[in-house]
Amino acid sequence: MGIKVRIPTPLQKLTKDKEVVECEANDVKGLVEDLEKRYPGIKTRLCDDGGKLRKFINIYVNDEDIRFLKMDQTPLKDGDEVSIIPAIAGG
Amino acid sequence: MLREDQIERYSRQIILPNVGGKGQEKLLNAKVLVIGAGGLGSPASLYLAAAGIGKLGIVDSDAVELNNLQRQILHSTKEVGRPKVESARDRLSAINTDIEVIPIKKRLTSENILDVIKDYDIILDGSDNFPTRYLVNDACVLSNKTLSHGGIFRFDGQAITIIPGKSPCYRCLFPEPPPPGAVPGCQEAGILGAVAGVIGVIQANEVLKLILGIGEPLAGRLLIFNALDSSFRIVKVPKNKDCPICGESPTIKKLIDYEEFCQLRKKGGRGR
Ligand SMILES: [Zn+2]
Repeated sequence: MGIKVRIPTPLQKLTKDKEVVECEANDVKGLVEDLEKRYPGIKTRLCDDGGKLRKFINIYVNDEDIRFLKMDQTPLKDGDEVSIIPAIAGG
Repeated sequence: MLREDQIERYSRQIILPNVGGKGQEKLLNAKVLVIGAGGLGSPASLYLAAAGIGKLGIVDSDAVELNNLQRQILHSTKEVGRPKVESARDRLSAINTDIEVIPIKKRLTSENILDVIKDYDIILDGSDNFPTRYLVNDACVLSNKTLSHGGIFRFDGQAITIIPGKSPCYRCLFPEPPPPGAVPGCQEAGILGAVAGVIGVIQANEVLKLILGIGEPLAGRLLIFNALDSSFRIVKVPKNKDCPICGESPTIKKLIDYEEFCQLRKKGGRGR
């Protein structure tokens, strides 16, 4: 079954235009690694050089922001839905 | 007291439960500032003007361009080359002769924003760049003004309402703007006009609800719209105690002018 990850429009180039992808991971850190394995280049879009999540992108596990859970240690289980949501500024 | 022509003009909203003549008077006494007369500011200001917002300010420093007209429905073909705020004033005043429309042809900066927003109760951000969006958030937090935020990118839209002191601010959600190069530049972007319409109208609706004191604002909740699957989702936005502007020990004490990083925009001078 795995974990469903919603990819935001600006990153869909890396996922071959797929809006939802499936991953396997036990926590958010593992999820980012798994995403990087499947879609090389995505990690640097999500994390800075120190591996920390960028401050204009949020990751939600079942609609809860991981910054208010356990950051990248937030546990994941099969069936969870993860959304990656970047700030957008167009008007 | 409402005049007879006002009762007639606004009758379809006056008859709504929870609005009535009292609600209409609140709208007529309200002062709302729309930042940007573009894709979001156009639909938002059209509905706010039509609903009878008594004082409606519109800030924008740009002139109408032909490539704006696909989504910026305030302006028309013959207006190309005119300042957007003048075109906006004419259109909004034509819809509703009962309100005061104030064109403000300015580029917002840390120097002038507090002065521009001080005369208004509610601010609607329809700007089109990160520096202005963070400037507007910070200025609203510092001057305790309610802010309706909306943003669009290609087929995506977001909206959130910020009530300083009560609900999380934009930096609670996204602490810092992206640095140059971190997101695709505006030249690669693009937008379907109707997407701007969806989000701009949601912002106008938020403002009307806030003034009327009805319903639940999008405070502490981020609304996410995707045009391709016609989906709306809401994610929770908690107040961040480490927020650099509204947290327990704020690190931002004065307004910041972030650098504009879109080369195209610099040349074209589009934006606020
Ligand atoms: Zn905040």
